[in-house]
Amino acid sequence: MPLRLLKYALSRKHPAPRFFRDCTEPKKSYDAVIIGGGGHGLAAAYYLAKDHGITNVAVLEKGYIGGGNTGRNTTIVRSNYLTPEGVNFYDASVKIYEGLSEELDINLFYSTRGHFTLAHTESALRTMRWRAEVNKHVGVDSYVVGPDEISKACPQLDISCSGKAPIVGALYHGPGSIARHDAVAWGYARGADSMGVEIFQNTEVTGLDIQSGKIKGVHTSRGYIATNKVLSAVAGFTPRITNMAGVDTPIVIHPLQACVSEPMKPWLNTILVSGSLHVYVSQSSRGELVMGSSLDPYEVHSTRSSLDFVEGLTSHMLDMFPFLSNVKIVRQWAGMADMTPDFSPIMGTTPVEGFYLDAGWGTWGFKATPISGKTMAATMANDQAPELIKPFRLSRFEDYDLTGEKGAASVGH
Amino acid sequence: MKLLTCPVNGTRPLSEFVFGGEIRNMPDPAQASDSAWAAYVYNRTGAPGLKKEWWYHSPSGTWFVAERNTLTDQVARTYLYGQEDKA
Ligand SMILES: Cc1cc2nc3c(=O)[nH]c(=O)nc-3n(C[C@H](O)[C@H](O)[C@H](O)COP(=O)(O)OP(=O)(O)OC[C@H]3O[C@@H](n4cnc5c(N)ncnc54)[C@H](O)[C@@H]3O)c2cc1C
Repeated sequence: MPLRLLKYALSRKHPAPRFFRDCTEPKKSYDAVIIGGGGHGLAAAYYLAKDHGITNVAVLEKGYIGGGNTGRNTTIVRSNYLTPEGVNFYDASVKIYEGLSEELDINLFYSTRGHFTLAHTESALRTMRWRAEVNKHVGVDSYVVGPDEISKACPQLDISCSGKAPIVGALYHGPGSIARHDAVAWGYARGADSMGVEIFQNTEVTGLDIQSGKIKGVHTSRGYIATNKVLSAVAGFTPRITNMAGVDTPIVIHPLQACVSEPMKPWLNTILVSGSLHVYVSQSSRGELVMGSSLDPYEVHSTRSSLDFVEGLTSHMLDMFPFLSNVKIVRQWAGMADMTPDFSPIMGTTPVEGFYLDAGWGTWGFKATPISGKTMAATMANDQAPELIKPFRLSRFEDYDLTGEKGAASVGH
Repeated sequence: MKLLTCPVNGTRPLSEFVFGGEIRNMPDPAQASDSAWAAYVYNRTGAPGLKKEWWYHSPSGTWFVAERNTLTDQVARTYLYGQEDKA
């Protein structure tokens, strides 16, 4: 990387660096087509090429890469979930993330900060203990701490929360991190492109060609493309694609909003989450406080943000940090979260042969980007899901065999 | 502030209302196969469109039906259950 930078500085022209070829003319057919150029779709393309040697692959993105939830999330990466299936899965993702900047040769600003899930009541603390025990059992670093340790890590936090909801403890999770989300998409895109994958932006999938229960191709805004393997990795657009496939799922779409403050000198070193106050906050590498809250309360397929959201969120932020009262909010936005009833993803094969689903990422899918790419690539290559993601199969609903993460997901994350 | 019209109490701020989900027809539990029942319990029509939904006006305890476009968030009409023709 430094060498590349040096060459660039010395070159006379300073050409705009391109991360991937600007593809506009799809071929007639591909070995695999991936719908959605978010982190998940691009990671799947990267691992298809890298782990399985399948490089004749097209990624179709209706907008620009990373413009969906990948570029809208609050970038929290952690593995302190509630079910052993979830903890194992997210832990595998954290492990890939830790070495990913090197592997993709791009600075992801992956920053391990430690993550506190604050408890304001005894019953919340009970859930923290439960999570801590499950985490320890699986070998993940999480334990319960008291108010003193929280104050030590974040002296600016008003432990009494303005007297309204005193903090009684927290679940501490050392590996909790934040990262630069766009760079994850760009890094995977460049890696996939360099191995031969073609990435088409401004290319929308408008229909699926399914004959006798098998996928044969996709209809797109750039014409028909024949293929025997299609992955849908479209997060908030999943029900529209599964409708085209005639596959029913429990997914419903709710907006999830976030915002950032004006930049400040670094003062917040950890990631703080309060389920009761519906706040999660970290400070980005450029000094902005990145803040999110809980889901919007009803189904809308829109990325419009609202004043209600910032008002609610900032009033709770001020309970925790009264000294921020003069700090301004500079941007707010929303993404469309694809929610499932058990707060776990839906991954793997479907009743349509050759049609694979990577969905149900709701408020929690950024942290899963590397491992979902890897496991979905394996699913597509072998037409069979690896053990790690079997608990997340679509048929779990029909089998009444859900993977309930509810306790861990009371707040968006 | 967003507004919604309760068929009993008139137009009120959205914060007074609770979303109750899409109106769905329950299959006969005695007749339905296990998979049909599981589909009823879990599956949803997640794609955007004009939907009939349950909404609840919490100060007055009124459940009613709203026909809403889930893409544009525009409410076409609201009425009490079974009084569709009067709306
Ligand atoms: C405000 C907010 C905060 C969040 N915070 C966190 C967090 O802190 N930690 C965490 O782990 N997760 C978080 N999430 C969740 C996380 O962002 C998502 O689960 C994850 O980014 C999903 O990635 P993806 O690649 O599957 O989807 P996306 O990035 O949404 O990519 C899907 C792509 O598919 C494209 N597409 C859709 N339809 C078509 C079509 N017909 N043809 C072609 N292309 C199509 C879209 O344009 C889009 O670019 C948050 C989400 C939001 C909205």
